[in-house]
Amino acid sequence: MKYEVVIGLEIHVQVKTKTKMFTAAPYRYGADPNTLTDAVVLGLPGTLPVLNYEAIERCAQLGLMLGCEIAEVCKWDRKNYFYPDSPKNYQLTQNEQPLCIGGSVEIELPGAARNIEGTHRWVQLNRIHLEEDPGKLSHTAFDSLIDFNRAGVPLAEIVTEPDLYSSEEAVAFLNALRNLITFAGISDCDMEKGQMRCDANVSLRIKGSDVLGTRTEMKNLNSISNVRASIEYEIKRQAKILEAGESVIQETRRWDATKNVSFSLRSKEEAHDYRYFPDPDLMPVSMDRKRIESLREALPERPFDRQRRYQEKYFLPYTITSVLCADRELSDFFESALSVYDSPKAIANYIVNDLLRELSANSEVGDSALLISDTKMKAEFIAELVEVVESGIISKQIAKDVFSEMFHSGDSPKTIIEKKDLSQNNDDSAIESLCLEAIANNPKAVAQYKEGNAKAINALKGPIMKATKGKANPATLDALLQKLIQGSE
Amino acid sequence: MPKSDKKINIDYVAQLARLELSEEDKSKLSGQLNDILVYFEKLNSVNVEGIEPMAHAHKVDNVWREGDEPGAVFSKDILNKMAPESREDQVVVPKVVE
Amino acid sequence: MSDLFYSDIASLNQGLESKAFSAVELMQSVIDRTDAVELKINAFVDRDVEDALKQGRASDERRARGESLGPFDGIPVGIKDILAVKDQSLRCASKMLEGYHSPYDATCITKLKEAGAIIWGRLNMDEFAMGSSTENSAYGFTANPWNLDCIPGGSSGGSAAAVSAGEAIVSLGTDTGGSIRQPAAFCGVVGMKPTYGLVSRYGLVAFASSLDQVGPLSRNVKDSALLLETITGHDPLDSTSLNQPKVNYSSALDQPTKKMTLGVPKEFFQQGIDQEVKEAVEKAIAWYGSKGYAIEEISLPHSELCVPVYYIIATAEASSNLARFDGVRYSHRSKDAENMLELFSKSRGEGFGEEVKRRIILGTYVLSSGYYDAYYLRAQKVRSLIRQDFEQAFTKVDAIITPTSPTPAFQRGEKNNDPLAMYLNDIYTISVNLAGLPALSLPVGMTQNDLPIGMQVIGKAFGESDILSIAHDFEKNHEFKNMRPKI
Repeated sequence: MKYEVVIGLEIHVQVKTKTKMFTAAPYRYGADPNTLTDAVVLGLPGTLPVLNYEAIERCAQLGLMLGCEIAEVCKWDRKNYFYPDSPKNYQLTQNEQPLCIGGSVEIELPGAARNIEGTHRWVQLNRIHLEEDPGKLSHTAFDSLIDFNRAGVPLAEIVTEPDLYSSEEAVAFLNALRNLITFAGISDCDMEKGQMRCDANVSLRIKGSDVLGTRTEMKNLNSISNVRASIEYEIKRQAKILEAGESVIQETRRWDATKNVSFSLRSKEEAHDYRYFPDPDLMPVSMDRKRIESLREALPERPFDRQRRYQEKYFLPYTITSVLCADRELSDFFESALSVYDSPKAIANYIVNDLLRELSANSEVGDSALLISDTKMKAEFIAELVEVVESGIISKQIAKDVFSEMFHSGDSPKTIIEKKDLSQNNDDSAIESLCLEAIANNPKAVAQYKEGNAKAINALKGPIMKATKGKANPATLDALLQKLIQGSE
Repeated sequence: MPKSDKKINIDYVAQLARLELSEEDKSKLSGQLNDILVYFEKLNSVNVEGIEPMAHAHKVDNVWREGDEPGAVFSKDILNKMAPESREDQVVVPKVVE
Repeated sequence: MSDLFYSDIASLNQGLESKAFSAVELMQSVIDRTDAVELKINAFVDRDVEDALKQGRASDERRARGESLGPFDGIPVGIKDILAVKDQSLRCASKMLEGYHSPYDATCITKLKEAGAIIWGRLNMDEFAMGSSTENSAYGFTANPWNLDCIPGGSSGGSAAAVSAGEAIVSLGTDTGGSIRQPAAFCGVVGMKPTYGLVSRYGLVAFASSLDQVGPLSRNVKDSALLLETITGHDPLDSTSLNQPKVNYSSALDQPTKKMTLGVPKEFFQQGIDQEVKEAVEKAIAWYGSKGYAIEEISLPHSELCVPVYYIIATAEASSNLARFDGVRYSHRSKDAENMLELFSKSRGEGFGEEVKRRIILGTYVLSSGYYDAYYLRAQKVRSLIRQDFEQAFTKVDAIITPTSPTPAFQRGEKNNDPLAMYLNDIYTISVNLAGLPALSLPVGMTQNDLPIGMQVIGKAFGESDILSIAHDFEKNHEFKNMRPKI
């Protein structure tokens, strides 16, 4: 294609505070309609906003996490527009002075294959500002219903520079951003719950040009796959227009995820005349530098930094670190297990394979996987399990069953081993007689083994394992069988 | 400052303000508002270079709520009772087309 | 007991304490007086007699148990229809809010309730406090008790007329550009706008947020001081409320009066001023001079820019503040709306009166794209200059004396078709709101046509004690506080 796409994203993220940005009414997702309101939320006559400091502190924390500069003064403007879900018909926002300025996000582009790390790049941000979330409209065939529970929830709007050059990059950016935000605990970023929403500005230009083309704005992309699909669609649509020698109209478009098409939102584009002016009800807040510095010091490690550390210090493979570091809970869990027993690879393997399998297998149908904190699982258990395997008390095979048992019962590996009498049988004389019996019963396998077919020995191990209920140490067993077969010559 | 001959576009402004006006209202208002705008030109007589705009009567900085502790909420009956139309504890409006 | 409704708070307190009469009897006296004159005055848009008497009984019970809440326990206080009182109607004299009842109390109302005051009725006003005559009310005009053909001033016309006519002992009004002081002057009572931030605005339906303040109206200076000290105090629900130490304004009035320096701005006595008003205020200034106050001529050079600055800032803020009246969650909803756009514009078109529409249009215009810098931003800068004028003046003087209004009360209908002339009537009062300062109006004379003349005393920020003291000194040496209209 002779065109290059340039994408800028605007991402709205609900900041996870207990109460709303300008009043003490609480918020939680999924409450009954209009049960989380008060006089301020409903914009009743005479009510006034009072700033929830937690909201600006969390947004400043987000800014620091993304390398932004934090404004000296936090100021508020009114954005005036009429919409039925907006209780005051103006939105308190930060037009003139965003709380966070600049910043950048490290992204990882897709690698050549899923198990190969892609290249990394920094995407430039323009700003992050805070604003109020409106209520929620739902539509019936004849009318619309408004629930104001969501109204007044603090929303951080993250605006990138036009610095993304493919739908993959946009997706990579969203994934990286979501990781950063969830790592810092600022939001859960669940797009299905509206905790993270994305608008994309898309334009095309001839490759090599440094002038931006006319852009269109795609609204309300509520999943990562919608972001990808709508950008892809828009690239094709705009390329077709440009190829025909026509020009792209600057407009807002809406993605229809069921039909996989976007359509223009307004046939007659209404001028955006928001009549911004400084809110007279809220005083400017000067941002305490000491508080900012202590926030900076308390920032969590960024996910990619953590991933690099795991690779360099523990020599963990990309396939493991990319899974561990995509989830703060998972990697924190890894680190606490590691602090109990120092065997990074084995611990990471149990977490990435066994634990993740149990977490997704045990969630309700249709729900996302369980969190570790939803289960009885403890980091010490994994450490202990690795320890008993490595010291030969149980085999890896038995360990699988112990893992499942401890996941469900919440008992420690040692308790389970004891209760079920699972420790390996190292009574050599008993095993030796079992081995001799097996050799006698399987002359064919013995002959094959002698001819150089090493795998043939497995036919001898099966009956022994069966007789010991799996408790024979496989390594010991191998050595013993070899010795006995060679001795019988 | 816009000159007085630049008449106020009453239709545009009324649309922004979501205010239906009768034709009679519009012509009356236009006349009155244009007189007022002429009067506002007095402001051009003063030099405001270097003057800080004053958005608040006083400079009270740093007013906020600490602690993020949840307060009382309204019973949903309050909204149900005051809303001109409601159903299933939600406010009903004509279908919003985007 | 017949004149209880015209008594001051101190004597009512004495009577209540000595059991000469009960709070119920006091309330009944005010109710009877209201019933007798209300057909002529129309100071109230709503009043719940049963509820008022019930509050009176509660006050009497407290007093009987020895649990009186202080000087306001049992005193009927009239409330402007712009302040939220839980479970009472709140309409701002607008059709827009027909049927609306507030589910919460304004902070100043909470404070009055805590002081035991009887919350008495809903007082008439210009719709959403927009006006200077109380003619812009959806519930009929209020008449001036001194001349029923004249306007009582506005927007707190009901609050001033009720106090003047004995329909309330004291009342609360709100003042955005003179809405307490100008009606106080026209009705011959005392009215005060406190320093911006001294009284919480929580529960005051906003007209222009950076200018609005709640304040007292009364028949004498001391009652205003008492009412003011009851409603002040920092409020965590209002971010513009100031954290100032609580001042006991009323007891300060009993102290010997300091002889302060009074500034007289020459700009306020030049063109457009009524001769009788000018003479009455000059006579009052001369009296102060004769009593040992220093009188100093000062200049407030940007005074003539106050009207444009005020009408740009106030209408801009109002256009946004009144956007919430949209027919969605509460307020009037048009029956003819077929879609959402019509629901907004028809509901608002039907619900708002003419002056409110005019100001919404003006305010929307001055904020709209391409005009913001020329109007709103410029007005905010000139507002800084106006404040600097006062700061400059207050380096030399303790308080500033001006007329409250260029004219006495005018005839009803006189300025209805000339909004600009109506706006210019606020010329002496609005600079005080722009600068955020305290000011009061007190009666200092009568015209030949028997209409009261008001004088304005402007103080430094938080100079409420000074201006109350200056006013009190004049009041106790003159007879104006005992003048009563013949209704």
